[in-house]
Amino acid sequence: MHELAIAQGVLDIVRQYVPENEAGSIHSVRVRIGRLSGVVPESLDFSFEAIVAGTPWQSAKLQIEHVPALSQCRNCGAEFEIEELAFRCPACGSTDISLIAGRELQVVEIEVEDGK
Amino acid sequence: MSIVTIERKVLERNDEVARQNRADFQRHGIFVFNIVSSPGAGKTSILERTLEQIGPDLRIAVIEGDVQTDFDARRVARYKVPVVQIVTNGGCHLEARLVRDALAGIELAGLDMLIIENVGNLVCPANYDLGEALKVVVLSTTEGDEKPLKYPGMFLNASVLIINKIDLLPYLNCDLAALRGNALQINPALKVFETSCTTLAGISEWCGWLKGKVSGKP
Repeated sequence: MHELAIAQGVLDIVRQYVPENEAGSIHSVRVRIGRLSGVVPESLDFSFEAIVAGTPWQSAKLQIEHVPALSQCRNCGAEFEIEELAFRCPACGSTDISLIAGRELQVVEIEVEDGK
Repeated sequence: MSIVTIERKVLERNDEVARQNRADFQRHGIFVFNIVSSPGAGKTSILERTLEQIGPDLRIAVIEGDVQTDFDARRVARYKVPVVQIVTNGGCHLEARLVRDALAGIELAGLDMLIIENVGNLVCPANYDLGEALKVVVLSTTEGDEKPLKYPGMFLNASVLIINKIDLLPYLNCDLAALRGNALQINPALKVFETSCTTLAGISEWCGWLKGKVSGKP
């Protein structure tokens, strides 16, 4: 359960872009979470809501962009999504694969209402 | 509506402090590993056996991370090595900043190896770089052979897997070959050791590998 710390990290980054007196203009905060990031999206959403509640930042809602685990085979070059944790190339069966996406844990953008 | 583009990693602050730690370790030529597992897998017992075997030959320091108590630091201190206990007070993982603060209590100059024992948890510590050269994950046979598939993040990020408590295999429904296979399916590059801290099986192989790492210096 480190989602609370992650939620705090998201808010810390948001605060660097929007001054507190304009916090109410934030509509949403888009975050990108990889399938293998170790973060449970529902817990992160819950944690973020909990830490902004009753603060100037409470209008901010998390929007979560899910990134599937994508891999490339070093043997045959095929790109594929890792499902059910089968870390194996579906084309040639090789286990010599590299992860090209799925570990993301990023703040992507903030959507703000203009002139508020 | 307008969009403010950010594109920053949530853990960038942790990663920045981890880089500072790593630079300090490299400057002093210290091999550092971060040992992780679920609670009770045997991290501290492995450290004790390791200190018994190679403690006399190398200058080793230990950072212990626990949610509460300094029991582990006291166990390790019996081996006459510098040890700093970090108590996270509920925190489920160590962060680079906590390690950086702990480093103030350790004389880095002259050290060969620093061992960071993380909080017992197979999930959260996987996300946090502490500045170590590599992560060692310990999985005990009592936890079952399917654990690597249930906690893939940790096995993906680790370089070494120690399968501990192999002396208990006759009493368990744990298939050692399946455990190995599950771990290697997630991370084929894992270096695997099989150990028992009771019979000392596999401990000298692990210690021999560690000494090689120290002389190779990262």
